[in-house]
Parts: sequence; C-alpha cells; structure tokens
Amino acid sequence: MEQATRDDVAHVAELAHLALSEEEIARLQRELNRILEHFAELQKLNTDDVEPMSHAVPMVNVFREDAARPSLPIDAVVGNAPDRADEFFRVPRIVEG
Amino acid sequence: MEAYELTAHELAKALAGKELSAVEAVENQLARIEAVEGRVEAYLRLTPDLALAQAQAVDEARARGEALGPLAGVPYAAKDVLCTNGVATTCGSKILERFVPPYDATVVANCRAAGMPILGKTNMDEFAMGSSTENSAFKITRNPWDPDRIPGGSSGGSAAAVAANEAFLALGSDTGGSIRQPASVCGCVGLKPTYGRVSRYGLIAYASSLDQIGPLTKDVRDCALFQQVLSAHDPLDSTSSADHPAPDYASLLTGEVRGLRAGVVKELMGEGIEPGVQECVRQAVSTLEGLGVTCEEVELPHCEYALPVYYIIAPAECSSNLARFDGVRYGHRTEQPVTDFEDMFAKTRAEGFGPEVRLRIIKGTYVLSKGYYDAYYLKALKVRNLIRRDFDRAFERFDILLSPTSPTVAFRIGERVDDPLAMKLADICTIPINLAGIPALSVPCGFSEGLPVGLQIMGKPFDEATLLQVGYAYEQQAGWAGRKANL
Repeated sequence: MEQATRDDVAHVAELAHLALSEEEIARLQRELNRILEHFAELQKLNTDDVEPMSHAVPMVNVFREDAARPSLPIDAVVGNAPDRADEFFRVPRIVEG
Repeated sequence: MEAYELTAHELAKALAGKELSAVEAVENQLARIEAVEGRVEAYLRLTPDLALAQAQAVDEARARGEALGPLAGVPYAAKDVLCTNGVATTCGSKILERFVPPYDATVVANCRAAGMPILGKTNMDEFAMGSSTENSAFKITRNPWDPDRIPGGSSGGSAAAVAANEAFLALGSDTGGSIRQPASVCGCVGLKPTYGRVSRYGLIAYASSLDQIGPLTKDVRDCALFQQVLSAHDPLDSTSSADHPAPDYASLLTGEVRGLRAGVVKELMGEGIEPGVQECVRQAVSTLEGLGVTCEEVELPHCEYALPVYYIIAPAECSSNLARFDGVRYGHRTEQPVTDFEDMFAKTRAEGFGPEVRLRIIKGTYVLSKGYYDAYYLKALKVRNLIRRDFDRAFERFDILLSPTSPTVAFRIGERVDDPLAMKLADICTIPINLAGIPALSVPCGFSEGLPVGLQIMGKPFDEATLLQVGYAYEQQAGWAGRKANL
C-alpha cells in the first residue's frame, strides 16, 4: 500500500484549513501511515458485487411541513461570535478595494 | 441511607410519596458532588441554580396536584456534547471554550419537559474522539473504582458521575462505543439506541452516520425510564424515525425471557479479550441459560474488519462536520496576525483543535481526497455493508446477540496515550454495532481484578425493548447492580 509523503500531508492540511508546524506535519505523517497499513487489510476482501452503505437505516425524502417558525434570538446567536458588528459577524477583509 | 444512593426509580417513588421534595433531592445530590467531585472530576461545569429552580418548579407542580412524568424531580447530568440553552457547551474542546448555545438539544428539552433538573455538563474526549476521556482539553476524569484508571470514553464523565453517585442518570453519545464502553468499565448500565431512535438535534456532530444519543444509568429499570423520555420522532432531525413509536419500556420489564434465542459472538470471545472478561461473560451466558434463554455460538465473519472500516468512515465524516469551526460564528478565533480570512481559519483551527482531533481531520481529508476516495472511503462503505449483512443473517436465527462490551477492564491513566492502536482496540466489540446501526445495551456482569466488566446485548433495529427485558432479567438474577464503588 502507498505511503503518504510529507507533501501529501501538507496538501491535505491546506485542504482542511489547518496551519501546521513542520514538527506537527511529521507527527501526522507518521500516524497516518501507521493507520494506512492497517487499512490495507480491507483490500483482501472482494467487494465487486457489494453496494456501498452510507446510512444504517434506509430513509428517503424525509419532509417536514414548510411552515414559518420563530428564528433563534439573533442577539444570542451573534453574541457567540468572536467579533461582531450589530447583527453581523465581523471577519477579516475578503474583497480588496 | 442518603438520597443520592437511590436509583432514579427509587427516588421517583420517594418523591411521588412526598418522603422528600425535589429540592431536597437536588440539595442532597449537590452535597454528594461537593464531597467526591475532587476525586472523580466527572463534571466540566455544574448548574446548581438551574437544578434548584427546576426542582422548585416540580415541587410546586406536585403541590398543585398536576400530573407529572415518572422521572419528574430526578436530577441528571448531560455530556458536554449536547447543547444547553444559556449554559456553556464546549464538547471538551478549546475551540468551543466560550460557546453558549442559544437553544437546547431536543433530548435536553425533553428532559426539561419531563421535569428533570439538570446538574451540569460532563467531561468527555474532545469532540467525542477517544476511549478514555484523556483527550479532553480541560481535565482528566478518574474511574470511581480506581482513581489511577480511566473511566472509559468518550462519555467518561457521564459514566463516572453515575458510578460515583454524582448523578442519578446521565446522557451520553455513542459513535463507536462511547456510551457502552465507559458504562462497562465504570460498572453502570449504558444503552446505544438504534440509529434513528433518538433525535440528534443539538448534538455536536462527530460522524453523522454513526452518532446516537443514549442513557447511562444505575440499573436497567432506570435505563428503560430514561430511554422513554428520549425516544421520539423530532421534525428537527430528519434522521429520527417516525415509523417506530417507542413502546412503554418500563411496563415491559417482567423478568420473563424464557424461549428467547441468543447468539454468542465467536469473534468477540477469543483473542484480544482478557481472560477475566471472557470468564464473566461466560458466567453471564450460563445465568441467561438458567433463565430459559437458548444460547449458542454465532459467527460474524466480517467483524474483524470493523476497526479499519470505522477508522475510515468516522474521520471522513468528522473532517466534513468539523469544517464549521472557523472562528467566525462561534468559538475561538486566533489572535495571531493574519494575512487573509483563509489564514485566519487555518490558524484558528490549528490552535483550537487538540492533537487527536487534528489527526482525525487529516485522516478523513486524506481518505476523501482525489486518488484515494475509491481505495479507502468507497471500499469502507462496501465492507460496512458486509458487516451489516452478517448481523442481518444472525438475526434471522437469534433474537439477541451477546459479547463483552469492552475487551479489558479499565486501563491505567496514561497507559495507552502513546499507543493509538491499543487505544482503538478498546472499541473492538462496540464499533460493529454502530456500523450496522442496531441497538446494544451494556449491563454489569461481574468483576475482574476487582474492576467492573460489562455484558453487551445486541438487538434488532428498534427492538430496544427486548434488550432492556433481557438486561433486566439478568440483572435481577445476577445482582451486580447493588455493588457500588467505594469512594
């Protein structure tokens, strides 16, 4: 089975929005490769005719009534933000200019 | 005898008979917590004012002669993975250290409606990822039976609270064994209901195709009564089933199990299971035979693949679920200088998540990424189906299946921190159940090296009633429920 390289881990960390030190990347690479070895066992099984199972209980199209309900209290919701302005979440500038 | 030593149903009876008030019961419980919490550390935060106010309301309702539910006035603890309106909810993580939910999880709302005072929020592995509660960002919880040992995890705080008489009942969540394994190693009862039995609205998600909320209790009758409060379809959770109304669990506890057919899972009774644990489970099997249950061996040949399947699927789902923690709407935000908003996300997340959570996000993102999806994720979903088929086949012949809950008794704090594979083996008996989506109950079945052992009883989808019936009959016969940790 393939091994994950340092660059693989750095790439995945970027996808997952995790800013990691080189030391942490090395730790994660070590742990990831340890578990990948373990995953190789699955390749022993023939699953050509097996459907993938993404949910334990078969359910299709669960609908509820499309009725208006009161929203959560806006002040309590926005109050959890690390930075806010009135009823808005404040974030670093996204668009230049 | 102190009130805190009672089971929930005994307390409920005393409250209904006006032998004591709900406020007195909460005061007695709070005094017990005050006395022993320093040695257990089950709770992340206590809510005494809230508990007393809720108890007061129950007492007033009772004085007015209002009809009350069977657990009215019985205080409980909630795992910190569950949102509590106005009460901080951290999920054991620094990234949510200052999060105060503006709403209750449906199960918490159900408990409130049932008149159950909330004592506080219990410690857990960060984002429910772990089997020892050592991954909490805040504290180490100790096993009430031996302070040098882990209480199991990830619902370790809930199990320790019940075992230490610091709560009559507790809520936990179970993705790969996180209710049953701590219940087992702390000597209490724990139920992982069928996937879809309990609403997960307000549960901070780890792996959504596996997560379930359920009760940890002092005995099986308490478990039946508590599960009743939790079982209901909820329009706010589309995965909660509307097709299987819950029966009145407690009224079905007759102790009569004659004629039931039980399969003892061969793969979970050999290598990897401590001899002392095997011995307790064998004894339990003969006790059940004595009660008229027919027991024979059954094979679940794909069980051995459950661990790799779980450690692909759960991280994959977690990497998606935990994408929401970005330092914008709630929780921690980095104070380092940032170049743009993506840099802010990345620094916030690296600071806020602990080492195990970072690892699972990396694993999950890796198995879902281009080039690896088919080999890992898709393969795991297919093998998951093979595991479920094993259970389907077994349940054509058997009403229930039996195994140990945990392969070992509680291990020592720190013993497995540097050995991730050994840590993961703690869930070897419980993970297949989450993959199949079926319910399973852990009941105390004796002691090995002076530490509690649990029997796992697995059932057909939505057949919690049979599990409770068997657990109850066994408990009445075996009599372990009365044994408490000496604190």
